[in-house]
Amino acid sequence: MSASHDAAHADHGGAGLKLYFAVFAALLVGTWLTVWVAGHDFGVWNTPIALAIACTKAALVLLYFMHVRWSSRVVWMAAAIGFVFLAILLAFTVSDYATREWLEIYSAPLKGR
Amino acid sequence: MSDSHGGHGALAHHFEDLEQQREAHTLGMWAFLVTEILFFGGLFAAYVVYRSAYPEAFANASNQLDPVLGGINTAVLIGSSFTMVLAVHAAQQRRKWAIFGWLWTTIVLGTAFLGVKYVEYHHKWEHHLIPGPNFLFEGQPGGSEQLFFALYFSMTGLHAFHMVIGAGILIWLSVLALKGRFDEPGRNAVEMAGLYWHFVDLVWIFLFPLLYLLGRHQ
Repeated sequence: MSASHDAAHADHGGAGLKLYFAVFAALLVGTWLTVWVAGHDFGVWNTPIALAIACTKAALVLLYFMHVRWSSRVVWMAAAIGFVFLAILLAFTVSDYATREWLEIYSAPLKGR
Repeated sequence: MSDSHGGHGALAHHFEDLEQQREAHTLGMWAFLVTEILFFGGLFAAYVVYRSAYPEAFANASNQLDPVLGGINTAVLIGSSFTMVLAVHAAQQRRKWAIFGWLWTTIVLGTAFLGVKYVEYHHKWEHHLIPGPNFLFEGQPGGSEQLFFALYFSMTGLHAFHMVIGAGILIWLSVLALKGRFDEPGRNAVEMAGLYWHFVDLVWIFLFPLLYLLGRHQ
């Protein structure tokens, strides 16, 4: 792929094969890393570390494989809004269940055994 | 992606030009993907709630899954996303045999993923790990471990269902490619199918550590 060819596709939603291959390699390294860290105990950080690696991999897929990096602002907004609403869904769900036991009037239907 | 009536082949009559048409296709696909994020999001929310309520049962149940098979499947699915990107790249260059070849490589990898999934499901069936009256966990009738497996089968099942639909779409596009559908500029179907396929990969990137690896370090 020549440089001029890559430039021609940059504004058309795409990139050169080298970049795609680098992203592919990074995703495989990320997979290996997430398996590796799972074999070690980082205490309360186990899940945050796993999620941080997953989010990094997800960002690579979104930006490069899904071409969001080269997409218009309205596409950026559409893509982002999905994750904003997901964050709202998770935040309100967790804030409800995590705080139910604060009030003794509730019999806490979900209690660890 | 309707055919226009005369004039520019790929351009539908209600669009000004191919660029505007492409933008509309991309935005429409993303509107659909946003609903998909929240579709899977409901299951992820259920996972968060029940895992925090029964952390030990979830970790023990998770250790019944095979992280080697899960890891291989993650690599296979990431590989299929890479070949999908190559199919989209070929479509932008309008090389129909390259489109056909990369689409079928993607379909084969997707099918390999589903084959491994079948082996895993079969193993769970034989070991009484399907939630319901016959559920047994380490010889005991079902406790909270059933919740983990109910979520495991819902999440991976919905994900696998998306892959089956995706493979069907790719087979259909490979036929269209050979018929010369993508020979002219302005055909976006391969790229839109690519967005869908990558989204399915994205879901698995979160499912793998959350389902397979959460109890490994114990």
